[in-house]
Amino acid sequence: MIDRDEVLHVARLARLRLSEQEIEPMAAELSSVLDNIAKIEELNLDGVPPTSHVVEVTGRLRADEPHEPLPREVALAQAPAVSDDGFLVPSPQA
Amino acid sequence: MDVGRGSGRDDVVEYEPVIGLEIHVQLSTRTKMFCGCELSFGEPPNTRTCPVCLGLPGALPVANAKAIHFGLMIGMALESELAPRSIFHRKNYFYPDLPKGYQISQYDEPLCRGGRLADVRVHRVHLEEDAAKLVHVGESGRIHASDASIVDFNRGGTPLAEIVTEPDVRSAEQAGEWLRLLRVTLGRLGVSDVNMEEGSLRCDANISVRPAGSDEMGTKTELKNMNSFRFIERGIKAEVIRQEKLLARGEKVVQETLHFDPSSGRITTLRSKEEAHDYRYFPEPDLVPIAVSEEMLDTARASMPELPLARAERFEHDPSYMLDTEVAKTLAFRTDLGDFLELRRPESPDEARVRANLIINELAPRVGTDVPLADSMVTPDAVVTISGALMRKEISIGGARQAFDILVEEGGDADAIIEREGLMSAEGGDELAAVVEAAIAANEDAAQKIKAGNPKAIGPIVGYVMRETQGRADGGEVTRLVHEQLGV
Repeated sequence: MIDRDEVLHVARLARLRLSEQEIEPMAAELSSVLDNIAKIEELNLDGVPPTSHVVEVTGRLRADEPHEPLPREVALAQAPAVSDDGFLVPSPQA
Repeated sequence: MDVGRGSGRDDVVEYEPVIGLEIHVQLSTRTKMFCGCELSFGEPPNTRTCPVCLGLPGALPVANAKAIHFGLMIGMALESELAPRSIFHRKNYFYPDLPKGYQISQYDEPLCRGGRLADVRVHRVHLEEDAAKLVHVGESGRIHASDASIVDFNRGGTPLAEIVTEPDVRSAEQAGEWLRLLRVTLGRLGVSDVNMEEGSLRCDANISVRPAGSDEMGTKTELKNMNSFRFIERGIKAEVIRQEKLLARGEKVVQETLHFDPSSGRITTLRSKEEAHDYRYFPEPDLVPIAVSEEMLDTARASMPELPLARAERFEHDPSYMLDTEVAKTLAFRTDLGDFLELRRPESPDEARVRANLIINELAPRVGTDVPLADSMVTPDAVVTISGALMRKEISIGGARQAFDILVEEGGDADAIIEREGLMSAEGGDELAAVVEAAIAANEDAAQKIKAGNPKAIGPIVGYVMRETQGRADGGEVTRLVHEQLGV
């Protein structure tokens, strides 16, 4: 069961602001997700390695060869704020 | 928050520092870890980006084969166990230098585990991507101070190898020395330009202290992001002293991340405690596992050069070199010096020693560090010629120095320069003996004093000989002749 404090903790890590009305429903929703996943514990999984990847493909690597980068104006085009050829963001130290 | 100053010391109980190091190495690939954007060396901001390294929705990363090759070489150099299969994880945290909200890193299945370099064991080596660069807009900027930053994503996605040691380091000096060894080793591998000032090699230190001889581990703090050996040593020293003082007063060390400011010697907390590590790692679903094939291992093995530590051993113990430990290390740790020596096989260990000393003490300081020795005007043969002439006492060390002054500027044939500049030693038996005889005659007082048992009185006689020969006489030979002629 996910409690209120855990919801607030995860929300803060994700930089989400939840209104007072959203907290309890979120706790219930997250708990039901965990309950669903916990169903797997009904199986005997001794000796079964964790599935980190659904399809077991390996060795798909990229040669170290450069591609054409985005033109800067394209890269910056969707930024809400731009300054000095960079993405302008609120200072993380503020 | 100011948590102390790194100065002063209370010596009541003896404490022992326990230090582990984490080193981030920027790899010298052409392109980034997970996309084909070229690495940036001072290009204008945000000119080396693409949907992958900007974290745009739907973009898919693909791992750079060269970065994995370099990771394997590092693992081999550190005698690590190379994982046949390893995977990437997402390390989740929000910061503007991380466009996806997570860094792709490795967690419990890293590329390399265990290992050792000299006296320090290695815990693991893993691959990850670097963050972007944040420029905090200061008061001089156009935006009001401290409320805005500008992100440059050129660096974002640069491949990094993170090397984590076991807590085997016991002093700041040991940390510095080991990091120097690691740096020359990585430089020799060619996997990084290991330029600390430009951030290609960054070091964090995990530091705790405990009563000397104890097996317990004290509470550790993490000293972040030090980019010079001197700062690392000073930072560790300051933090060890801070912790010792806390414990001596009966207080506790708080686990936290710290920053050392080298200009003030101050140690400050870097992150508030609420932001304690809660990275919620989980396997990166967008990347398939790395499977290291026999072919990849063979390629990495074939790329391994002789490492500096092994080379120093060889210079010290190989019968054709037999160099002193320090000389061997100096040559092995500056690859271009060692290479220059090895371009011509020594005729004997004595010749190797003379030539090694010439390379280290005369040639290297004159050439400087901007170009490798092999690219200087001076040829290996010229140094062989000079070392031979020195050994046959045809020139003095003073003459050799004059020859190097000219060779470094003009290059050319050393014999011809010795001839042209008249650097041949005034020695040659009779000629020098005659000068010494004249010198003794001109300094009767000094001669009497030497005879009376005061060897230091030789100064004026040697001075006379040096003036007469324009400094080309060999000092040792002059002294020998003086003693011979005076019968002492």
